[in-house]
This record gives sequence, structure tokens and C-alpha cells, in this order.
Amino acid sequence: MFTNLSKKIFGKSLWLYHCNTGACNGCDIEILNVLTPYYDVERFGMKLVASPRHADVMLLSGAVTRPTLPLVKKAYDALPNPKLVFGIGSCATGGGCWFDSYNVTGGATGVVPVNYYIPGCPPRPEAIIYGVALALGLVEKNVAPIELKQMEFPIDAYERNKAWEERNVIYKMLDN
Amino acid sequence: MWLTSKIKQVLMVMKPGVVTLNYPFEKRPVPENFRGMPYWDHEKCIGCGGCANHCPARTILVRDLCQEIRLMVYDASRCTYCGRCADVCPEKAITMTKQFETATGDKQDLTESMELFMLTCQRCGRCYDMENKNMIDRMDLLGFRYDNIEARSLIRKTTDHFNVEMLKKTADYKRPEKLGE
Repeated sequence: MFTNLSKKIFGKSLWLYHCNTGACNGCDIEILNVLTPYYDVERFGMKLVASPRHADVMLLSGAVTRPTLPLVKKAYDALPNPKLVFGIGSCATGGGCWFDSYNVTGGATGVVPVNYYIPGCPPRPEAIIYGVALALGLVEKNVAPIELKQMEFPIDAYERNKAWEERNVIYKMLDN
Repeated sequence: MWLTSKIKQVLMVMKPGVVTLNYPFEKRPVPENFRGMPYWDHEKCIGCGGCANHCPARTILVRDLCQEIRLMVYDASRCTYCGRCADVCPEKAITMTKQFETATGDKQDLTESMELFMLTCQRCGRCYDMENKNMIDRMDLLGFRYDNIEARSLIRKTTDHFNVEMLKKTADYKRPEKLGE
């Protein structure tokens, strides 16, 4: 639904507001790397803006710490509708190594509604472009939940038990 | 003066040409030793839980559903891709793939779960894998003490009913190997 929405409403260009919510600067440097001539994200008409009021998209990096929590909420409210939120890095998606720490709210999910997750510590600049392209509908989603099962039933244990029963018959029904 | 400097700049830029990567349409190979999403091989895994012990972000959960089935759940959303799980795995069941394009709209897409068949230890009641590589089984093979006769009906010991063929069958028992290896 969000892909359709983003195609319709801001198909032309996205203006990004970058919000550091207690990240270690790894993800921030990768976001800046995306804007360099090598991974030129301005091909898609994207631009980093200073004010959330000018922006369509909020890039969240970092597990939302307690001091930044009200500021993040304010910045999110300042974004004009319709808005998208990207959680960039492991910290923003799930809270990182400190997801259950006392001064961390455990990722951006609990604070603002996050539309797209880009995991990685830090994510490669290509991964960030991939996430943006996913929002624009240029590429398909690449991941799905994986369920693995050992289909092999422990037959040999069953056969061992059966063989033991056959070999060690203590009581036998006698034919009349 | 400013014009000459501009011309110089243009000439400097002309030299390397276009360097921009046309990324989502043309892909560049990832560097060697790159660590992306880890992949679990459920055929090789013995369910020891070493990866869960060593994970710095505690993303791997080990849970025993019942006495025979152990469930291992991996949540990539807070994984830092350090590769520690692949290092400590004794059976080399975990490999770090080169997949980094894991952007998604749903957190549930980033999970991996695995069900393993286990045996029950007769002394402590916990799960362990049955295999001849197992140290307990190997000790059993050498004639060490055994606790439950029914669970290990084929005791490798000379008896009246000793069946050589059965012993061979179980001694050379191997898990089916993965296709394409």
C-alpha cells in the first residue's frame, strides 16, 4: 500500500531529513556516502534538507535513547503529511545490542511508525539505496521469513527399539 | 582569472569521466570476506546452542518445544553481522552469505527459524543430538556404562543376540548429505 502511495504522491522526488537518535555515527556516515558522486542518490531527485518541515522522508538512525525521545516525536510531528520513515541500521530496526538497556527505548518501532527497515551495522550505501528504491517501487523485496525443518525422522531410534522388543520377548502368548 | 580556474576545473572533471554507479539496475560484486545475512544449514546443525551463547545482540533464541524437538529462532533485525556465530559453530553449519539487500517493510521478513530433532539425555533430561560423532555415543561404543537399555536397545556388547549387521548399520549411519555437495 505504501509503495502505491509513494508512487502516486511523491513519485518525482523525495526530500530527506536525517535524524540521529543516538547512533554511533556509522549509519550517518553511510547516509552521507550515499550522497557522494559515486552513489549519487540525487539521480532519484533526492536531497538532504536541514528542516523537517521541508522533508517528505525521515531517516532515523540509532536506537532511540531516552533524552532524544521527545525530540524525535517533535521532529516526526513537524514533517508534513504524507510522510515516510526509514529506520536505518540495526539500532533503529530492532534496538541493536542494547535493545533491553535502561536508557534505550528499543528501536524506532516503539516511538514512531516506521515504514521501511534497512538492517545492517552499518548498512552498505548500496543497501540504503536499495531500501529507497524499494520505497519508489523500482526493485522487488528480496527477503522473506525462512523456516527450516529437519525432515528426517529419527527412524533408526525407532528401529532400534523395535529390534530390541523383537529380540527380547519375555512373555509370549501360547497357542492353544 | 576566475574563468581560467573554471576551465581548469572542467578539464579536471573531464579526465575521470562518469564515475557514478547505476546501482539498483547494475550491481557491483561485494568485497571478499563481506559478512551479510547468516544462513543456517539445518542438516549440519546439532543444536548445541553455542551461537546463542556467543551472540552479542542475543538475536538467537533456543527453545525446546518438547523432549524431541528443539526450535532455534534468529531475528536479523538487531543483528550486527559480526560473524561470531559462524566462528564458534563446531559443525560449520552457519555461513555468512553476501546478501545485504535486506531492506523490507515488515520486520517479520528478517526472521529465520529452525526445528531440530534431538534425543533426551537420560540423566539430566535435556536434549542432545544423536549421532555417532557424539562423545556420549562414542563412550557407549567403547563399552562404558549405559543408563537406559530401552532407549539404546542396540548396546555394542557381546551378547547371545548380538547382531553384527545391525551394528554395522548403525555404526556407519550417516545423515543424508545436502544436495549438490
